[in-house]
Amino acid sequence: MSQVNTTGKIKAIDYSTKSHYLTKAFPSPFYSRQEALNHLKEWGRWADYLSPVAYTCSSMEYFACRNACAVFDLTPMTKYHVSGKDALPYLNRLVTREVSKIKPGRVGYCVWCTDAGQVIDDGTIFHLSDGEYRICSQERHLDWLLTNTIGFDVLVTEETHEVAALALQGPTSCATLKNMGLDGIENMKPFGIEHFSFEGTQLTVSRTGFTGDLGYELWIDPEHAEVLWDRLFEAGRLHGIQPMGDEALAMLRVEAGFIQARHDFMPAHQTVRNSHTRSPFELGLGWLVDFNKPNFNGRKALLAEKKRGHRYNMVKLDIDGNKPGCDSYVFTKNKKFVGTITSAMWSPSAKASIALATLEAPHGKPGEEFLVEIYYQKELKWSRVMARARVVKGVFYDPPRKRQTPPADF
Amino acid sequence: MTNSNNHIVIIGGGHNGLVCAAYLAKEGKQVTVLEAADQLGGAVVTREFAPGFKVSACAHLLYMLDKNVRDELSLDKRGLSFSQQDMKTTALAEDGNHLVIAGDYLQGANVSSSDQAAMKEYQRFMARFARIFNRLNNRVPPRMGTRNISDLLTLAKTGLDIRLLGRDDMREFLRIAAINIYDVLQENFDNPLLKGALSMDGVLGTNLGPRSNNSVFSALHRLSGLQGMATPRGGMGTVSKAIAAAATKHGATIRISTPVSRILMDGDHVSGVELADGEQITAGTVVSSADPKTTFLDLLGARNLEAGFVRKITNIRMRGNTAKLHLALNGPPQFNGLNQDRFGDRLLIAPDMEYVERAFNHAKYSEYSVKPVAEITIPSLHDDSLAPPGQHVLSAVVQYAPYELKTGWSEGKAAFTGQVIDLLAQYAPGIRDQILHQELLTPVDIEREFRITGGHWHHGELAIDQFLMLRPAPGAAQYASPVNGLYLCGAGSHPGGGVMGSAGRNAANVVLNAKNTEGTHS
Repeated sequence: MSQVNTTGKIKAIDYSTKSHYLTKAFPSPFYSRQEALNHLKEWGRWADYLSPVAYTCSSMEYFACRNACAVFDLTPMTKYHVSGKDALPYLNRLVTREVSKIKPGRVGYCVWCTDAGQVIDDGTIFHLSDGEYRICSQERHLDWLLTNTIGFDVLVTEETHEVAALALQGPTSCATLKNMGLDGIENMKPFGIEHFSFEGTQLTVSRTGFTGDLGYELWIDPEHAEVLWDRLFEAGRLHGIQPMGDEALAMLRVEAGFIQARHDFMPAHQTVRNSHTRSPFELGLGWLVDFNKPNFNGRKALLAEKKRGHRYNMVKLDIDGNKPGCDSYVFTKNKKFVGTITSAMWSPSAKASIALATLEAPHGKPGEEFLVEIYYQKELKWSRVMARARVVKGVFYDPPRKRQTPPADF
Repeated sequence: MTNSNNHIVIIGGGHNGLVCAAYLAKEGKQVTVLEAADQLGGAVVTREFAPGFKVSACAHLLYMLDKNVRDELSLDKRGLSFSQQDMKTTALAEDGNHLVIAGDYLQGANVSSSDQAAMKEYQRFMARFARIFNRLNNRVPPRMGTRNISDLLTLAKTGLDIRLLGRDDMREFLRIAAINIYDVLQENFDNPLLKGALSMDGVLGTNLGPRSNNSVFSALHRLSGLQGMATPRGGMGTVSKAIAAAATKHGATIRISTPVSRILMDGDHVSGVELADGEQITAGTVVSSADPKTTFLDLLGARNLEAGFVRKITNIRMRGNTAKLHLALNGPPQFNGLNQDRFGDRLLIAPDMEYVERAFNHAKYSEYSVKPVAEITIPSLHDDSLAPPGQHVLSAVVQYAPYELKTGWSEGKAAFTGQVIDLLAQYAPGIRDQILHQELLTPVDIEREFRITGGHWHHGELAIDQFLMLRPAPGAAQYASPVNGLYLCGAGSHPGGGVMGSAGRNAANVVLNAKNTEGTHS
């Protein structure tokens, strides 16, 4: 069982006693360091783990990420290792895109579906080294991934608890890592993977993230989690490094236009009602579907959907005014209901009220205008506004540093 | 993507494959049947198991052959004839006080007049219910949740068939269709031997004991042929030969000793098959009479299918629990207290339902029955083509013999054979000395010889959850599979096993009605 022992050291989760279920939520391998910085003493839960909601103030953490750099513990993210002779054909049958295009040392964003072409989850495939892959996702999928192994010479193992991970995101992230001694980090391209030797172990770095900013994710064995945290904060001290909790990340990802399972769509394996699932097309992920592959889960249904047309469009809305349109209904100008907002916020970086919304097809073309019914409160007094909104094409906040190689030095 | 190749390849020359070939050829299609074994028929064959002794090597009684198939393919003109028809059943009693069952007429075993009367009523309602299944046998299972007119019509017709039973019979049908035959027989009868014999209708060839749910369903399925038991002259192989003759007459090409090693794909459409020797045969349509696991997992490969469907196929219950005993005898066996004129009956060893249930208990724990149940025929009594003059063959279906035996069958086979012969000797004491040759086929042997996964004759347990639109699995239950151009026509499809030919006939209709070579499933 993963426990903080008396010396504050974290061990990997030990299932051998079969009593791990008695622990309601595990401390992350970074727990001792998080706890020291968590002034609010408030913990949320992410999968099996305790996860800080915010360390001090989520707005400050958000700004740290956009203006300096922020550290987010993503150990709880579900991680599966895929290897074996058939790893590539296995993944190609599992996800909708062509996996052979994700070369060794590269990361690809993917979506995977049921036979009915409904999205189970989105996530990333890391091509760690030739033929060795890692799938990262928010939800758990071991049963589905094992079902998919039938007929393939492939080994799928869950490694969520065996890999500690931190995201370092923001304009000074590259400089911080360079300062920590990761030579050549500035040459890493977006979605690249590099392995470094670090404190006698291997530190894997990918130029990925969930913030839409310049940023990296750091992967290491849990025994070296604390030393990684310490070295990182030491290296980032003059680069404005701050720890960041779930709330700040939630803001960053909406600005970046990233969708999230159970917020913007329901994973198909978790819905009770068939019609509440979504296809990749309905989530704006049609670009991830490659019909040139002769077979993948959902192909036949998605081909039929392509012919028939889909039910929904996932869109980004720019809403007039400064009231966030959380959970709002969306209407046409003629007051016809066309959908709902799934994620919304006042974007400090875009200086706009932004939202992700699911609209009934065919609504949702770029530039199309709608009315958003927003309820808001001022000193306990509720008001309602029908705010004008329009569909925007690109992401709300898209700093060039996200793509620059090498990024600007600080 | 459409494939312009009009050639149709049928994998497997069992009775369903041959029926399908005959119907397709009859409509002018270019059809090739590929049979792996060196003779046609699959599990409907006659084979020599010892010099001069021939036996129906797997199925040994004919009682479900689809009347449409028999008539439309003129099987009677192509060699199908019978050595015995409307066979009686004799339930053997160890004390010699046997029970003869001839339709609803009972004789012997001190059967009471109330049991006599109950038997008439039991036969009446079971036959009535079986007729509903009979009508379903010739229909393509309806898909659920569609607005397709033929799907809705099939559902409506079946609903109407049930409604037309009238209030009392409909209630009774709905009450008993999914329950166990032990309870139903207990409600109706007193005589233990009678109940034991009738319970066999619910459990033969299955993984069920009399107290297992679905055993009434299984009995109704057995009765749905609406015909008496019969033995074809020359053994069951005569049936296959007659169907093959029809297929050949209509222009189908039939190749034996031609095992298919895999189904070939071109993009998302089948393009033919590859044989074990490497030869490739192109075809725009492939119809498989192999069982669904063999077809999808071995021949096609899971990687050509979507994962949810693969899981459904993997989960099909199809572990055989039935063995087949063949004895070559130097003379007719003598059963205690049984008149010689009854030796040709269908003989049952199932003295009471508790005995049958106890026999089944072992199977639950991967052991063979210490006291098995058996369905015995001695076809040579009425068919001199099967054995040398004065000598005989005995063919027995023996249960329970689970496919996955704890000790393994290479270890257990000899011991189980001994048990079975001990059992026979209890009823026919002299039989041991009459045996010239013996052969026991365990489910593992049946799997190997007849190429049926799990050695399950029906290509999948016959149960309500594996019937109609659930057979073999949603997505492939209308004979079309999720793969464009690939169809199923074997017993793994509706309406299942039992030497009917209905699956082959229904599949041929689906193939003929397919507007193009795209799969029609949903």
